[in-house]
Amino acid sequence: MIHTQNLTKTYGTATVLNIENLEIPKGQCFGLVGNNGAGKTTFFSLLLDLIQPSTGQIINNGIQVNTSEDWKPFTSAFIDESFLIGYLTPEEYFYFIGELRGQNKADVDALIGGFKDFFHDEILNQKKYLRDLSKGNQKKAGIVASFIGNPEVVILDEPFANLDPTTQIRLKEIIKNLARVNNTTVLVSSHDLSHVTEVCERIVVLNKGEVVKDIKTSAATLKELEVFFGGGDFPETKEAVLEEEE
Amino acid sequence: MFKHFFNLQWKSFFRSASFKTNLAIKIVMGFGVLYFMTAFLMLGVGVYFIIEDAKIGDPLDVVNKYLVYLFAADLFIRYMMQKMPVTNIKPLLYLPFKKGQVVNYSLGKTAVSFFNWSYTFFFLPFSIVLLTKGYDPLGVITWLLGMFALIYCNNFINVMANNKDSFFYPIVAIFFGLAVCHYYGVFDITEYTASLYGSLYSMPWTVIIPWVVLVALYFSAYAYFKKNMYLDAGLQTKQSVAKSEDLSFLDRFGHMGTFLKNDIKLIKRNKRSKTAVMMSFLFLFYGLLFGSGAIEIYDGPIWQIFGGIFVSGGFLFTFGQFVPSWDSAYYQLMMSQNIKYKDYITSKWYLIVIATVISTILASFYLFFGINAYLAIVVGAIYNIGVNSHLVLWGGAYIKMPIDLTSNKKAFGDKQAFNMKTMLLSLPKLGLPVIVFALGYYFVGPITGYILVAAAGILGFAFRNIVFEKIEKIYKKEKYKTINAYKQKA
Repeated sequence: MIHTQNLTKTYGTATVLNIENLEIPKGQCFGLVGNNGAGKTTFFSLLLDLIQPSTGQIINNGIQVNTSEDWKPFTSAFIDESFLIGYLTPEEYFYFIGELRGQNKADVDALIGGFKDFFHDEILNQKKYLRDLSKGNQKKAGIVASFIGNPEVVILDEPFANLDPTTQIRLKEIIKNLARVNNTTVLVSSHDLSHVTEVCERIVVLNKGEVVKDIKTSAATLKELEVFFGGGDFPETKEAVLEEEE
Repeated sequence: MFKHFFNLQWKSFFRSASFKTNLAIKIVMGFGVLYFMTAFLMLGVGVYFIIEDAKIGDPLDVVNKYLVYLFAADLFIRYMMQKMPVTNIKPLLYLPFKKGQVVNYSLGKTAVSFFNWSYTFFFLPFSIVLLTKGYDPLGVITWLLGMFALIYCNNFINVMANNKDSFFYPIVAIFFGLAVCHYYGVFDITEYTASLYGSLYSMPWTVIIPWVVLVALYFSAYAYFKKNMYLDAGLQTKQSVAKSEDLSFLDRFGHMGTFLKNDIKLIKRNKRSKTAVMMSFLFLFYGLLFGSGAIEIYDGPIWQIFGGIFVSGGFLFTFGQFVPSWDSAYYQLMMSQNIKYKDYITSKWYLIVIATVISTILASFYLFFGINAYLAIVVGAIYNIGVNSHLVLWGGAYIKMPIDLTSNKKAFGDKQAFNMKTMLLSLPKLGLPVIVFALGYYFVGPITGYILVAAAGILGFAFRNIVFEKIEKIYKKEKYKTINAYKQKA
């Protein structure tokens, strides 16, 4: 589904991302972990053509992302609040996205109806604009909006951050089902090792822009990651990390 | 304690994003401030002699007569523009400052604002002129002190009234009504207020009254602030009850309708865009300066077309110029969605066209000044729709200024809105129609001039698709730069 070849991103002399080859097959639930500045958001931004690669390319379903826009109809994402339109109510926002993705009101209603539990009565019919919702509720709305229009690729940056425990548990189920039932390719990044190991069938660890681990998730994965990040075999730990995120 | 506050203020000023602009802009801004100061100064010195020459009465009495409108206008401008001191208080709350100190500091900060001291440049020279003309020195001094007290009263009224639209708009309506009544001679409020202001001169002891009021206002502002210094009270960001609205009649326009719906919500629900619309409403009255003898140079026939462009083009200039910056807050979303740039631009174009047409209809009161005056506006509107609407959208593609929709800060110009490309593009907006009209006017006659400008507008309409394609290319080319620029919060 997604082929990454010789992808690098350089700012001045600092290389923030350098991925020689990364293949993500269709229907895979793919987890990306790494410390701040490891290049997670950079990779996702490149996937969405929000920044330009210095070298190399990403090919999404046969379409080279930085030269054609034809990947847009089947790819959706929620990266941060800049994906929300603050002056709309959540419903209006869902319909807006729906219309852009060729879904009518009934389609959108049917989809968001399925997320009633997830919303926990805090999103719909609240008479509030998105900008006035709490961070966690904004995130819920943004994540669900990225499911509108049956995308084949869903990209979620730090989806678990800011969510309450109940919602985290529900979100894990939703993401797993997305890959299993709809055969959607889901890309998730997280700082929470236990969440990603639970959700993702494959985990890639980025460190300073490079792939240092590519693991097929098993019972031992969480331990392995904890040892890795705990400093056991963590390469060049104490050095300054590029603060590119946040 | 004061040292800390001063230090913070100093840093926030010199480290603010707007301060780090290039030298040329700083010089331009410096000249702007200088211009206002000189204008006030000259008015302060000159107003006495102007009134004397016009023989409409004693200069002090005449000034007193219109003061009520000055103070009303002052309050209006403050409400629209003056920044409230609540910002930056939050980080101070957890620190070991006494609340009273923080409040005093915040209120004190409003006291040194430009909105207060700029009046000194008018009232002080005027008072000096009064003294040299043999007015009673004690009376003049108490009058001047009274004026300062009233200016500061406005300052604290504004602090307390801040963001209370339900309180503010009725007051605006009342003053507007009073002004209209005055104009038509129904009821003249100035007769009553003039004597109040006059008594500050004729009965010096009355100066105590405005000062007592000022002190009272200060303490109530102090009490009000102190009471509201909680995150869930005064420091809370204002939340409005969301109203969903049904704009589904726009659905028939396809993707363009989707954007149109969104743009209408954008305009209705955000402070910044509402201000833009309000400003464009004021543009309607700009034409009153033309042909009315208010400003001599504007009476030339050529300038009528200049005025015509402005009257109907308010929205075009205040809103159109900043497309696509209105969508800056969620530009990343827009860029990762399946969006046809053409639909996006066309929807903004329709907005501008609709607004121009509405302005032209509202401007029909210019018929009162003769058919020619209104003709200039209609022709200006045609030119606006045919040519200028394309030019502002084109120019906007180069402006990479993130807009904070929820605040009015920088609503009146910004460093990045001011660059060579937009300057160059603004020439044909105003210069070209004036030249075209002048050619027709001087070689044949006024009607030919109007026809030529209207023809230029219709011709421009024919180039719509070409211009839209060009804009689309710019959008694509500048995409990454624009995304990056919008990420830098102002």
